[in-house]
Amino acid sequence: MGEQRYNMTELLICVAARQIPDNVTVFVGTGIPMLAASLAQKMHAPNLMPIFEFGGVGARLEIPPRAVGGSRTFYKAIGAYGICEVLETACRGFVDYGFIGGAQIDPYGNVNSTIIGPQYYPPKIRLPGSGGGNDVGSLVWRTIILMRHEKRRFVPKVDFVTTPGYIDGPGAREAAGLPRGSGPYRVVSTLALLDFDEETKRMRLLATHPGVTVDQVIENTGFELIIPDEVGVNEPPTEEELRILREEVDPERFYI
Amino acid sequence: MRILESGVGKLIQPPDMDAFREWNREKKSRAMVDKLMTEEEAIARFVTDGCYLGTELYGTVRAPMSLVREMIRQGKKDLRLVGQGVLETDLLLGAGVVAEMDLTYIGLELYGTSQVFRRAAENGRLKQIVEWSNGALTWRFKAAAMGVPFLPVRVMLGSDTFKHSAAKVAECPFTGQKVCLVPALILDVTLMHVHRADRYGNAQIDGISGFAHEIARASKRLIISAEEIIDTEEIRRYPERTIIPYFLVDAVVHAPFGSHPGEMAYMYARDEEQLREWVEASKTEEGTQAYLNKYIYSLSNHQEYLEFIGQERLEALKAAMEGR
Repeated sequence: MGEQRYNMTELLICVAARQIPDNVTVFVGTGIPMLAASLAQKMHAPNLMPIFEFGGVGARLEIPPRAVGGSRTFYKAIGAYGICEVLETACRGFVDYGFIGGAQIDPYGNVNSTIIGPQYYPPKIRLPGSGGGNDVGSLVWRTIILMRHEKRRFVPKVDFVTTPGYIDGPGAREAAGLPRGSGPYRVVSTLALLDFDEETKRMRLLATHPGVTVDQVIENTGFELIIPDEVGVNEPPTEEELRILREEVDPERFYI
Repeated sequence: MRILESGVGKLIQPPDMDAFREWNREKKSRAMVDKLMTEEEAIARFVTDGCYLGTELYGTVRAPMSLVREMIRQGKKDLRLVGQGVLETDLLLGAGVVAEMDLTYIGLELYGTSQVFRRAAENGRLKQIVEWSNGALTWRFKAAAMGVPFLPVRVMLGSDTFKHSAAKVAECPFTGQKVCLVPALILDVTLMHVHRADRYGNAQIDGISGFAHEIARASKRLIISAEEIIDTEEIRRYPERTIIPYFLVDAVVHAPFGSHPGEMAYMYARDEEQLREWVEASKTEEGTQAYLNKYIYSLSNHQEYLEFIGQERLEALKAAMEGR
């Protein structure tokens, strides 16, 4: 991205922030999701209600937290509860959006953050495990997945389904007992913005990042993507977004 | 109720609700007795080799680090452990004292994957890992706290997290839909750090409560460490703040900066420098042992640890914590 006036992290944060409207509840973790929620709160979504899994509800995201249970996750918040309260709130259908990440994703939005390799134990590579990922991906209405876009990460079948997406197609979530109408909503990758086809529940390209071609996205995806007739291009970060991001969201430049 | 699927993971700690009731009747005193003691005494009295252990909250946040360090110092081993872990679990794994785990997450959050966990899992030194989600584990504590053998929940369904858990999928007798049944988890010992407690164990926590409420009620033994020991009159003045009543508690330890290098809401910030030191040190087995030597084995107790960290640094951490 050479002479760009922004870096990849900043672009991801901006594209992720634009997916969240005002007056919604969002499960956020530390890092990019937190910065995206903070940016959205300061741009177009002043009433965005961030929820952190260890109990923080409705914090003013003035200083970026460094841990999902850190004190900044309930700084000037509406409520400071515990895990049960916030996850049970999601169980009852009160949480609209949630962010998760992972090491692998498949065409149905199933995400792996547990192990890499064919054998469960001992594994070739051990990753952290579900944490709140499975809870968020099971319970919120719309899951947004953040991914580094590489062929080895966008795979036909993930090595381990830590968090279910649409599992193996239409109706599979409901058949498994997961809440009706929930599931993956967007994938924000380092190359593009993607969603899921309503009919097949397979991943579909929505828009490429500035300077990225459709072919590049296809080349870096290990399965067949649905490519619609018209593919958009994401707006690069605006001057205003960058100013707020650098001066207000993460002035210590801890993340960006 | 028709069972449709069973996870293949081991049920490390099978629930026995009547035995738990009897334990609580016979082994937990209702008398207001002074339980104030040192880390050394609390760990020596209540933590045994091979016991099933939990900690609350986690690693860098309101974590019982002075108790965890003391446990490693005393060489408690073959532990069966539940958790999400950031630093406390890392130290236990680094010390090689964990045999089996009910696990949801072990990592270093923004610093990435845990290198000691990777080594312990990839070389098979950890004998058993059973997968859960944060919600599933907390609801397992909640089931124990409710005195029921399981709870139906709507997470882990349709995943390999379920497959490698000890949960079951059943057909709900009321709706006909599939539900995930998570077994109650009764712990032998829980270590927890709180803002303040009296000498009997009545405890208060400021800010978020994580899973303190549930795990405290799911444990046969509960060791509380507190930043501050307060008078019972202070407890009685604000009874709505008592998240843990004294009869759940077996030991109370006065541990100022007990969560260091983690943070304590409204009191002190986390020690980023020492956290980074661990991130670097834990990349190799030698570095890990050197860190454990420096901060645990070569110091005889929490008081010495605090002197080693130094008053100036601790004061700076206090100043770095933002207010309300």
